[in-house]
Amino acid sequence: MDLLSNLALGFATAASPWNLLFCLTGVLLGTLIGVLPGIGATATIAMLLPITFQLEPVSSLIMLAGIYYGAQYGGSTTAILINMPGESSSAVTAIDGYQMARRGRAGAALAIAAIGSFFAGTVSTVLVAVFAPPLTAIALQFGSAEYFSLMIVGLVSSIALAHGSVVKALGMVVLGLLLGLVGTDIYTGTPRFNLGILELSDGLNFVALAVGVFGIAEILRNLENEHERDVMIKKVTNLWPTREDWKQMTAPILRGTAIGSALGILPGGGAILASFASYTVEKRISNSPGEFGKGAIAGVAGPESANNAGAQTSFIPMLTLGIPANPVMALMIGAMIIQGIVPGPNVATEQPALFWGIIASMWIGNLMLILLNLPLIGLWVKLLTIPYYMLFPAIIAFCSIGVYSVNSNVFDLYAVAFFGLMGYGLAKLRCEPAPLLLGFVLGPLLEEHLRRAMIMSRGDPTTFLTRPISLILLLLAVGVLVVVLLPSIRKKRDEVFVED
Amino acid sequence: MKSLSFSMRDLICGLLFIAVGLFFAIQAYGLELGTAFRMGPGYFPLVLAGILVLLGIIVIIQGTQLEHEPMGPIAWRGLLFILPAPIFFGLTVRGLGFVPSLFLTGLLAAFASTRMRPGTALLLVGGLTLFSVIVFSYALGLPFRRFGPWLGL
Repeated sequence: MDLLSNLALGFATAASPWNLLFCLTGVLLGTLIGVLPGIGATATIAMLLPITFQLEPVSSLIMLAGIYYGAQYGGSTTAILINMPGESSSAVTAIDGYQMARRGRAGAALAIAAIGSFFAGTVSTVLVAVFAPPLTAIALQFGSAEYFSLMIVGLVSSIALAHGSVVKALGMVVLGLLLGLVGTDIYTGTPRFNLGILELSDGLNFVALAVGVFGIAEILRNLENEHERDVMIKKVTNLWPTREDWKQMTAPILRGTAIGSALGILPGGGAILASFASYTVEKRISNSPGEFGKGAIAGVAGPESANNAGAQTSFIPMLTLGIPANPVMALMIGAMIIQGIVPGPNVATEQPALFWGIIASMWIGNLMLILLNLPLIGLWVKLLTIPYYMLFPAIIAFCSIGVYSVNSNVFDLYAVAFFGLMGYGLAKLRCEPAPLLLGFVLGPLLEEHLRRAMIMSRGDPTTFLTRPISLILLLLAVGVLVVVLLPSIRKKRDEVFVED
Repeated sequence: MKSLSFSMRDLICGLLFIAVGLFFAIQAYGLELGTAFRMGPGYFPLVLAGILVLLGIIVIIQGTQLEHEPMGPIAWRGLLFILPAPIFFGLTVRGLGFVPSLFLTGLLAAFASTRMRPGTALLLVGGLTLFSVIVFSYALGLPFRRFGPWLGL
């Protein structure tokens, strides 16, 4: 009955008029940026992070979470209508969704995506509620060795998800870790790597890094070759799926939800991996695999359910362990720290209203999305016709305002320009920014736990292998790394990523 | 193009990894290293820097075996106008104040696109500034000075 009373507390918190308003703002904003290409959830949340200073902790986290899963919805809308995934997690949806749209079934594809996402969102909200407390209990047993190994799993998984060269992704993680160490050593207070710049003694600004690498660099990439976006969309009609559609979508939605929920929990996993995995599974077990790529309903229903489920359950490691599963979760942790909340197993017991409020708001947010977005599709389509050159000056302006308002520190703005240039350069070299950001966030934590674990074991590095949980986690990390490096799977992985 | 030549992209990438790794290694070496038991501030960074250098070498070696694709165009115009925009905002937001500084920042950024016409830019950035002042300054109450001392107001 604990679960019910906890959920009741959560819904009471999330359903207060003020929080409902922020939830609505979040999902609308999320859908908007999901629909608009050239700006993702990471950059938006980074921009808005400073503004959440002014809000209550619960309200701000509810809004930021809304942006995150709202963006998934918006991303699939554009993936289906114009074959342009607004978010990387909807890349798979574009394959069959767009084909359905070309056959005049855009309405059904959108409805299937929305229904699948809503179902997955409902199930995974319950899963988060059920699994968060026992995981929190386990997390309380974690020592430094376990934390260290868990972070290694997260970092390795982020490599698995990166496009292209594994070595480069690994390099990005290491570079991120190193950048995260800039500032002052926490144990001895020794300044390090700050080049004698006073502003760097507290370390590099996380928001400036995220905005630069994700926001500014993305704009530069879009400006490389400006071409007219041809948006030719017929009027979307016949939203409601036929009885045949229902029959075809039920099983993929169930499977997608299961796959997504499981993969989302893995640190470093989440929505992108989940949607790719679901698509592969559906294609493998289908009676008519030839249909895939030509508008298979399962190819929309499965991945869409999976990415939404994965997006929700990726909150589990964040809420219970304080370990981010992806850059967006890293930003949420940043938001909690700004509010003076230390993310980790204690959040659930010390701030139950916050913890359960966020969980309940996810379900409410999903309900809002399905109620609002299907009728609003016309509006989102209109937005797609705004040319890019009208959008990016606003993005630059909001980035500048957002970063400046974190500490009212002018130096952070110079850092944005620097990281923008760096991010663009790295993109040109085919290096992914996501592992870099994750490394940056985990760098200081990783070092802290490594040093503490080594002190506790009196300098014996086998401590990571003799403690069972730590050993299991490290084996998991090695497993992921081996899988990624195996030639046959590597080829498959390249194929999968080629599709987006 | 399948020959044993260096891929430009991978060569630059590898050299970059090596350079950054060496930079951190040299800096870390100047710090107290300590032992594996009691690590000093330089221990962990030195290990990481070593790994990065190693990865850089692997990237370069791998680059000799792969087919190469061109680097693609570089957004020179974008770089020229976009990157200075936040810097300009930083230099002027206190002196000029939030409103004029943001307007000029937006205008600067707007010209990164070849498609932007001056009239459209003025209109767009004007609207953007108005929106930002209402939302950020009045509604959210961020502590910005709307017009700064340089204007003599």
